[in-house]
Amino acid sequence: MAETGDGKKEEADYKRLHSFPLIRHTDMPEEMRVETMELCVTACEKFATNNESAAKMIKESMDKKFGSSWHVVIGEGFGFEVTHEVKNLLYMFFGGSLAVCVWKCS
Amino acid sequence: MQGKVLVKPADQLDLSEAELKEEFTRVLTANNPHAPQNIVRYSFKERSYKPISSVDQLAIHFVLEGNLLHKDSDEARRQRAKQEIPEADGVLTCVEQADLTEDTGDAEEGAGEERPDSVDVKSGKMERKVTNQFNYSERASQTLNNPPRERGCQTEPPPRAKFSATANQWEIYDAYVEELQKQEQSKEKQKTLVSKKEEDKGKKKMTVVENPSDDITKVAKVTKIIERMVTQNTFDDIAQDFKYFEDASDEFREQEGTLLPLWKFQYDKAKHLSVTALCWLCNYKDLFAVGLGSYKFTKQGRGMLLFYSLKNSTYPEYIFTTLSGVMCLDIHKQLSSLVAVGFYDGSVGVYNLKEEGPQPIYKSTAKMGKHTDPVWQVKWQKDDIDNNHNFFSISSDGRVVSWTLVKNELVFTDIIRLSVEGSISNGQEGMQLPAMACGTSFDFHQQIDYLFLIGTEEGKIHKCSKCYSSQFLETYAAHNMAVDAVKWNQFHPKVFISCSSDWTVKIWDHTIKSPMFTFDLNAPVGDVAWSPYSSTVFAAVTTDGKVHVFDLSINKYEAICQQAVAAKKTKLTHIEFNPVYPIIIVGDDRGYVTSLKLSPNLRRKPKEKKGQELPKGPEVEVAKMEKLLSLLREPDLTVNPQN
Repeated sequence: MAETGDGKKEEADYKRLHSFPLIRHTDMPEEMRVETMELCVTACEKFATNNESAAKMIKESMDKKFGSSWHVVIGEGFGFEVTHEVKNLLYMFFGGSLAVCVWKCS
Repeated sequence: MQGKVLVKPADQLDLSEAELKEEFTRVLTANNPHAPQNIVRYSFKERSYKPISSVDQLAIHFVLEGNLLHKDSDEARRQRAKQEIPEADGVLTCVEQADLTEDTGDAEEGAGEERPDSVDVKSGKMERKVTNQFNYSERASQTLNNPPRERGCQTEPPPRAKFSATANQWEIYDAYVEELQKQEQSKEKQKTLVSKKEEDKGKKKMTVVENPSDDITKVAKVTKIIERMVTQNTFDDIAQDFKYFEDASDEFREQEGTLLPLWKFQYDKAKHLSVTALCWLCNYKDLFAVGLGSYKFTKQGRGMLLFYSLKNSTYPEYIFTTLSGVMCLDIHKQLSSLVAVGFYDGSVGVYNLKEEGPQPIYKSTAKMGKHTDPVWQVKWQKDDIDNNHNFFSISSDGRVVSWTLVKNELVFTDIIRLSVEGSISNGQEGMQLPAMACGTSFDFHQQIDYLFLIGTEEGKIHKCSKCYSSQFLETYAAHNMAVDAVKWNQFHPKVFISCSSDWTVKIWDHTIKSPMFTFDLNAPVGDVAWSPYSSTVFAAVTTDGKVHVFDLSINKYEAICQQAVAAKKTKLTHIEFNPVYPIIIVGDDRGYVTSLKLSPNLRRKPKEKKGQELPKGPEVEVAKMEKLLSLLREPDLTVNPQN
């Protein structure tokens, strides 16, 4: 593809460019979506090395804000099929390597 | 003596002396032996039954309310004061409680001031009379409690959906790359947009307006297909009948055939109108046009032009509404999108199916030679020398007019006037006619270009030429009432058929002035049509709701099929053969069009020659007709008087 120097540069570029949160799929209303996304970003940045704590934080905050039984999955690679309440699902990428799936099902 | 006798109860124990002297020790306690030991009470606080530890040991055996007071007691003093009894008097005072209040009134003057408790007395005397405690009763009653009812309801659970995805590094990477690309593109677009913004403002609005309509048209095609599929599904049995059903019983009936009803076409908005014209399209075998209007002078109003397809019997393919009733229509043989229409108000118009919009592309106006009476028939002609499309029309005002489509307008030429002169020039009964002869129908000869026939309201049929506008080539005294239809045979160049409200259908050889065949159908005949597959088969509809199918090669005297196809009191107005399929369509005065399948007997072909003669079909048909005619020509003088 490219030489090593270029490769490194590309990698840096990639990390820089790909740091923004990218919503992959959601059916939430606008307001809720923005809030959830920001929450995910905060959590992932706060617990950059510990996905579990980040997930816990997201789940607990969501439970408080939008009522109980939220589920959160954070990871670099996973597959899933979930049943969620309509208008309560957010699936996003963040930081170039993380996937976050937040949904509600009680 | 008497004292020594001991009275003993019968069941007393006999005890010996020693036993009597025996001592029993009893300890008496303050406990009530009858008091229950295990009382429990429901505690609402703890929501359970709790044993009560303190048991009431007091047993009251006798109670008597006394009426004695100790003289030193407060109560005694008070009473003394009231009754002014000296303090030293009795040891005990007897007082009736009940009198107390009553007495206060009497006691009030002298009593009181000396004693400190007179305050009580004073306040007491101010009290209002209490109700007599011995002379009133309390009553209570209880009403029925309303029966309690239970009512519950369950709400639907919040809707749920499933979502599944796989997250891994390459997916995430791809997503980001894609997003970045998009962003770049949108940036570029924005730049270009900014530069073009001013120009685009106008265009934007246009696109906004155009887009929704585009969406609808896109969907329209799909919905049309779906609609056809649905109707095909619902009317599957009819479609099967149309394609495959052949009446097996025909084999056992030598001379007769039947009509099998297939689809019924109906449009809600055309219910009150009657079918005034039917016409199949040449290029599309399943499509036909229906003209709707009214024949009644008093019930004129709007008309309608509908196009139905056999593929969808539930809803017309095209709908045109017209201000005046449609009286006739004809579809151009080559350009089937061109439809000529004649209206009740005397105007003629041309619709183009390819052009959207409810208006005709051409319409005659009062300035441009419009008829003054209803137009009864229109017919497309071959294009003229300048390759302009043109058609003819006939109306009750006695004119036959040729209309040429030139650029944006219809140019008219009077071909013939069915005036008194015309009749006079023809001689014979002209003088008896009213000033104007009224044309009701016409038909053009298929081979001889100039030759055409005109049926009139007076029952005459004129053979005319396009070249002579003032003269008829021939006049047949055909009917006693208006000629409803006149049609050349599709095969034999000399033969034509006519029908009339005078109940008859007549077949003519145009070289002979008297009819070759006459059939009486016992009801006014609305329309007649030659079959496209045989020179000897024709069908007619009558106002009593019957369809009559004749095959002269089988039966020269009677219809081989006579079948009522419409509800009672419904008049059939028009009939048309499909040019390819063995079906006919029949229109009635309630706006319905019924399609009917001809049973095998009604479309029989000469079997013996079938293999070889097929390519020479028309000649065979001509020969067949000729054979019939030749039988009649010599004895026609004898046959016709009968009819």
